Amino acid sequence: MALSTRHLLGIKDLTPADISLLLDTAKQFKEVLQRPIKKVPSLRDVTIVNLFYENSTRTRISFELAEKRLSADTINFSASGSSVSKGETLLDTVNNILSMKVDMVVMRHSASGAPHFLAKHIPAAIINAGDGINEHPTQALLDAFSILEKYDTLKGVRVAIIGDIMHSRVAQSNIYLLTKMGAEVVVCGPPTLIPKYIDQAFDVRVEYNLKKALEWCDVANVLRIQLERQNQVLFSSLREYNLVYGINRKLLDSLQKKITIMHPGPINRGVELDSDVADSDQSIILQQVENGVAVRMAALYLLAGDRNSS
Amino acid sequence: MKSLLNAQHIQLTIKRLANQVLENHTNPEQTVLIGIQPRGIYLSDRIAREVQAEKGGSAFPYGKLDITFYRDDLRKELHVPNQTDILFSIEGKKVILIDDVLYTGRTIRAALDALMDFGRPQKVELLVLIDRRYSRELPIQPDYTGKSIDSIVTQKVKVLWNERDGKDEVVLMD
Repeated sequence: MALSTRHLLGIKDLTPADISLLLDTAKQFKEVLQRPIKKVPSLRDVTIVNLFYENSTRTRISFELAEKRLSADTINFSASGSSVSKGETLLDTVNNILSMKVDMVVMRHSASGAPHFLAKHIPAAIINAGDGINEHPTQALLDAFSILEKYDTLKGVRVAIIGDIMHSRVAQSNIYLLTKMGAEVVVCGPPTLIPKYIDQAFDVRVEYNLKKALEWCDVANVLRIQLERQNQVLFSSLREYNLVYGINRKLLDSLQKKITIMHPGPINRGVELDSDVADSDQSIILQQVENGVAVRMAALYLLAGDRNSS
Repeated sequence: MKSLLNAQHIQLTIKRLANQVLENHTNPEQTVLIGIQPRGIYLSDRIAREVQAEKGGSAFPYGKLDITFYRDDLRKELHVPNQTDILFSIEGKKVILIDDVLYTGRTIRAALDALMDFGRPQKVELLVLIDRRYSRELPIQPDYTGKSIDSIVTQKVKVLWNERDGKDEVVLMD
């Protein structure tokens, strides 16, 4: 029993069996995190470099905690304050680090496909912590884990992904994972933020009306408006976005059932989510963060080391 | 393939082991039973039940321990972890580890490491159904033994349980 891939570059390459294995293993790691000593010695012979070319709070800390709880040694690299400012290339940077006998690379980069490029050129196992607007596989896995905790299954669960679908690697990974595992997916947002023909490329439905999407769904995964990714203004103002696509208490109370609210973070309070929604008992946003460590421990554990079977 | 213990034997052995445990552990507050995943739990379920039946009153706290993350052969083969359920403290308690077959002793070594991360027990004892004696790779010995057998490295001892395999039997396979 092992993963079918050597790296975790995207949900696109994973089979449903891989996803189940990751989620089952994450469940056991979550139990470890409840123990008095939240540490296991499994990866004590492994050194991992966290190669973050882009800003991050949650993901970086989550990966670092996961690595430490597995007793691995960790090195943190952020592009600012490194030789990248002197013009060192990605491949040179990584090869230099690997010469110091680092076993695994966890990588976040603003260019889509950067980890795939790296995977072709270096022997270490690579985990994609977010590449451009392509994928963010561990986020999708922890989202799925959080849904599983609440609903006991993914099959047939109705998930509405709301917001800037076009520029969101979280949305892309979630769409791959949820459709592979039999969930029903609707994407909702302003037409300027939803790729044309997305419902032909993937098994998703498009809904431009927020209330209809919320009335249909069991879970709403709300994305942040990604201001830093846009070259042109795709909606007139944040205020208008909030009026039409923001989720507030009044809207939630008007629905027939209590839906679950998720958000990958960081939240733009007052834009996509109002505070009384983000902090309510319908929101599992903080549980998502807690589950992130367990899920990343599972990914690291399953990818570490060479095994005779692979 | 040779049958070492049949269902009746197993039942008698479990009864005897349970009574041996009770002989040595007269203070119920101080002792806990922990079965080792994945196969030790079938034995530990029965031991816990038998001990309770013989003893009456309140049961010993009973938990299950998975040792996958403490194994020493992680780079050789991937093992999928099972559930660990230890909902009580083991600090200062006498722990009885329960597994079906004791062979090289590496599983028990891993179990001891795992236990230490839950607290500092007063004492740890080992209860096994089958002891493949003279096959140890580490200095580990059982305190309560169902049956000792001699076997060679090419053989395998398998314990079949009614709950999982449809019958109770211990077999020696070549």
